[in-house]
Amino acid sequence: MTTEIITDIADAEQGSSLWHDAWLRLRKNRLALAGGIILVGFSLIALLTPWIAPYAYDAQNLELGASPPSAQHWLGTDIFGRDLLTQIMYGGRVSLAVGFVATSVALLIGVTWGAIAGYVGGKVDAVMMRLVDILYALPFMIFIVLLMVVFGRNILLLFLAIGAVEWLTMARIMRGQVQQLRQQEFVEAAISLGLPPRTIIRRHLIPNALGPIIVYTTLTIPSVMLLEAFLSFLGLGIQPPQTSWGLLISYGAETMEEFPWLLIFPGLALTITLFSLNFLGDGLRDALDVRRSKD
Amino acid sequence: MSLLEVKDLAVSFVTRMGTNKAVDGISFTVDTGKITAIIGESGSGKSVACYSMLGLVPMPPGRIDGGTALFEGQDLLQMSEAQLREIRGRDVAMIFQDPMTCLNPFMTIGKQLMEPLLYHQQVSKEQARARAIELLDEVGIRDPESTFENYPHQFSGGMRQRVMIAMALINEPKLLIADEPTTALDVTIQAQILKLIANLQTKRDIGVIFISHDLAVVADIADQIVVMQQGKIVEGGDSEHIFHHAEHPYTRKLLAAIPADSKAPMPNEPDTLIEVRKLCTWFDQGRNKEPVKAVNDVSFDIRRGEVLGLVGESGSGKSTIGRSILRLVPVTSGSVNFDGTDVTTLQGNGLKTFRRRMQMIFQDPFASLNPRMTVFDTLAEPLLLHGIENSKSVASGVLKLMDDVGLARNFVRKYPHEFSGGQRQRIAIGRALATRPEFIVADEPVSALDVTIQAQILDLMQDLGKEYGLTMLFVSHDLAVVRHLADRILVLYKGEIVEQGSGEDLFERPQQDYTRQLLSSIPGRALLE
Amino acid sequence: MWRFIGIRLLQAIPVILAVITVTFFLVRVAPGGPFSAEKAVLPEVKAALEAQYRLDLPLFQQYTAYLGDLAQGEFGPSFKYPGRSVNELIGAGLPVTAELGFYALLVAVIIGGLAGVIAALKPNTRQDYIPMTVAMIGICMPSFLLGPLLVLIFGIYLDWLPVSGWGDIPGDKILPAITLGSAYAAYIARLSRAGMLEVMSQDYIRTARAKGLPEWQVVVKHGLRGGLIPVVTFLGPAFAGLLAGSFVVETIFQIPGLGRFYVQAAFNRDYTMILGTTVFLSTLIVLFNLLSDILAAWMNPRLRAQFGEQ
Repeated sequence: MTTEIITDIADAEQGSSLWHDAWLRLRKNRLALAGGIILVGFSLIALLTPWIAPYAYDAQNLELGASPPSAQHWLGTDIFGRDLLTQIMYGGRVSLAVGFVATSVALLIGVTWGAIAGYVGGKVDAVMMRLVDILYALPFMIFIVLLMVVFGRNILLLFLAIGAVEWLTMARIMRGQVQQLRQQEFVEAAISLGLPPRTIIRRHLIPNALGPIIVYTTLTIPSVMLLEAFLSFLGLGIQPPQTSWGLLISYGAETMEEFPWLLIFPGLALTITLFSLNFLGDGLRDALDVRRSKD
Repeated sequence: MSLLEVKDLAVSFVTRMGTNKAVDGISFTVDTGKITAIIGESGSGKSVACYSMLGLVPMPPGRIDGGTALFEGQDLLQMSEAQLREIRGRDVAMIFQDPMTCLNPFMTIGKQLMEPLLYHQQVSKEQARARAIELLDEVGIRDPESTFENYPHQFSGGMRQRVMIAMALINEPKLLIADEPTTALDVTIQAQILKLIANLQTKRDIGVIFISHDLAVVADIADQIVVMQQGKIVEGGDSEHIFHHAEHPYTRKLLAAIPADSKAPMPNEPDTLIEVRKLCTWFDQGRNKEPVKAVNDVSFDIRRGEVLGLVGESGSGKSTIGRSILRLVPVTSGSVNFDGTDVTTLQGNGLKTFRRRMQMIFQDPFASLNPRMTVFDTLAEPLLLHGIENSKSVASGVLKLMDDVGLARNFVRKYPHEFSGGQRQRIAIGRALATRPEFIVADEPVSALDVTIQAQILDLMQDLGKEYGLTMLFVSHDLAVVRHLADRILVLYKGEIVEQGSGEDLFERPQQDYTRQLLSSIPGRALLE
Repeated sequence: MWRFIGIRLLQAIPVILAVITVTFFLVRVAPGGPFSAEKAVLPEVKAALEAQYRLDLPLFQQYTAYLGDLAQGEFGPSFKYPGRSVNELIGAGLPVTAELGFYALLVAVIIGGLAGVIAALKPNTRQDYIPMTVAMIGICMPSFLLGPLLVLIFGIYLDWLPVSGWGDIPGDKILPAITLGSAYAAYIARLSRAGMLEVMSQDYIRTARAKGLPEWQVVVKHGLRGGLIPVVTFLGPAFAGLLAGSFVVETIFQIPGLGRFYVQAAFNRDYTMILGTTVFLSTLIVLFNLLSDILAAWMNPRLRAQFGEQ
């Protein structure tokens, strides 16, 4: 620290923001960091699959049939002689897309709903949250199965249905955050300065509510992916000719006695992704925990 | 032989950030039948010293580096965990600061009371129950037979602390360690609990260690006083010596921080800035429930340039009055006239212009600053919002504010969590002054701070008040602080004004019973006269 | 307390009614009639069948008639298995699913709870990391992957345990119970760890230690109750999850339970069966949520007092 009197802001010592502190903490958490890197890797592969996949998606080799991992087919082939690595790459596109898109749907609805309920308060809040309570009590798992049965196995519907379940928790978290922040004295101070509500929301509420939302979003993606895989396994989710990790696992389970690699590799892909997301989420939660400030 | 003889006790905490010497070679004694007070600010190591002797500091990260602690001649520091357990709760008992959290919310108080007795002594449940009820009666719990099966949440804070005391005494310990036992309590309750502890101590002729951050609290009860700073004892001796012949500068600083004087009344009668008339602020409790009448039919004036003190215990509505004037809570009825305008009816732009003229300083410097904004952002926001500075001149405006509140300019790009409580309160004061307000509501602005820091912040507020020509509503539970600062004082009780007058009038000639009760509860009154 | 239970029961009624209504109309508006799969049914036969299933009535009357049936505990006939009713299928499947769910819950609560508490007692040591890493694996290994893998390892390669059936061969209940319970054991381990960590840092734990109580008494008498409340609250959602999980597990292990019936009904488009089972399972779930809420409230004296008794 310098003792001379500075006259320009730029000369002052740079402080360390909470985001920066959180990043430093996250960087020390090797598991979370590894999870993050794996996720970025998998996402890149998923994006580039049509160009980098070793075989065409529908390339069959009925003469070869199911074969164990080899130099030509790193992860082996299925009973139609299709390359498993290619299948897993294309399946990953669908699984990851469902995870991200459905979570985004949940995020959008939940955050908006929760923020409005928490900020407006009073009767509006009571009505909005009562609705969430009622929906919460509904057995959604069963409903989704029902929806898929009734309306056919439509991927768009799957996004919507899963997103519609997951937004409830998001709304509760957001509302809790906003309510808690509203009572904080710095928000009162902002009001007494005469700041307009939208500035208060933008500068004082959102940046402080972001931490828990980020954490919960990271932890929602794996549960969404699980749900998709669960439905696909039952034959109620993704339908051929499309594929997903859940569907590949389902096929693998049917033939695992003779061709165990057809179960193991898709299972590994799903498990590693879920692992990465969960470790990253846990790491973010520890890193963003505002209570654990420096002192 | 003393009951407890501590010699060269040293405790440190080993963390990844390095080793922190929490207690650095302290020595003191506690005699049977005497109260030894350990005084220090937060982080001085006063609690760690006592907890570590009893094995209540988790190790690691804690580590005892050396020393002895002879309790009846036996060294506590050399004992095994099993031996310490035998002593804890039987020979040495403890009471803690916050009676809200120190009792198990899932267990009846009867069960919790009997627990140490049943564990340490061979008694039947019936005997234990009889003994527990006897003690509850002694500490002043009404009708202990029927409240025996109650849970902690069914008691008030003061009553819970009485239960804690009964629990500590149930095995007739020889030494009682009381860690800030009254800090979380209202001032009148604090006086009762202090009296209770002193009485029980005399009656049982036991030794007591009384840990506190506040010299005034122990003034009436302590026999010996030990003053700690940064893990070391800076001064110790009998209380007569500490209060009247203190040598160490830190002790003197602590003593000087106890506000003792009354502010001289204002020379001439200036005009009125704010007129509050029949103000009611009620909070709805939901259907079929009576609203909470936080502020009920309150009328008073605030004169231009004066500091009006607002005194009351928790739940008296003192904070709500300040927030009602500033329109931070919705007013139920009544009017607040600010320089001729009724602010309760203002909307939109009118309200915004008016907000510029009145600001607030909050109690908790940790909560009153947005943790994601730098000092610069925090101070620049009001300057730009009200057009006091433009984007070019804002930097110099911010630096000027920092000079005014005594913050080094070099800190301008730092974030709130990088500052101490006192520094944060300075930032908050700077933010309040940024709009060049005429009137400031200060809501317990120093009660979350250490004593010596309190004095600095109060001085700063006084100086700035003069410099900026401020009118101030100073809200506090602490009569001594208010008396020191305020021209006039309002005493509030359950949402209504009980009495008002100048500091001197109120202190010398209180008219109402409640005011008298408040005054007699001020800790260390003897010290003030 | 009774008032609390009463209020919660009253709140459950509109939820259950909503489930029935939504399910009923969803099933009715589903594309493709129930008999579209069977080719060329004679018009008279079709009419007779429709009359039997009340499909000839206006939609709203079908609905009220169905509500009337439900009130009498009649879930309706099955489209797929003529002559059999949903009640019979539930009667046959429910005991099996209930037993499976009970074992799975037992696995989840005992193993999960124990692992969580043990981990919380020594946070950030090996005693914490090992169970928590295993728990993380449990969460990332869904039942439809774990089940086949367990079958592969213990049923086929090692040949220790039977790979299908329920109550036919000794030991055939072990793998399904573990498969279904493991994910919930993992969740409960994490929940109870977090809950215990929270509680053990409370001031009243320090009070208990200051009394001189031995550490195990501090944990058991003062820590467990507060620490396990989140677990109890989780039991409701866990039950819903277990039911859904039973769809998969019963399919994998060919267990004749409700879950497998439900999945089969879904594939067969056996609408009355879907409707009846959905209503039945949903009601069960709602009631179980209620039960775990009541239990959690009962464990917390402050909540208990809030609802009557004062």
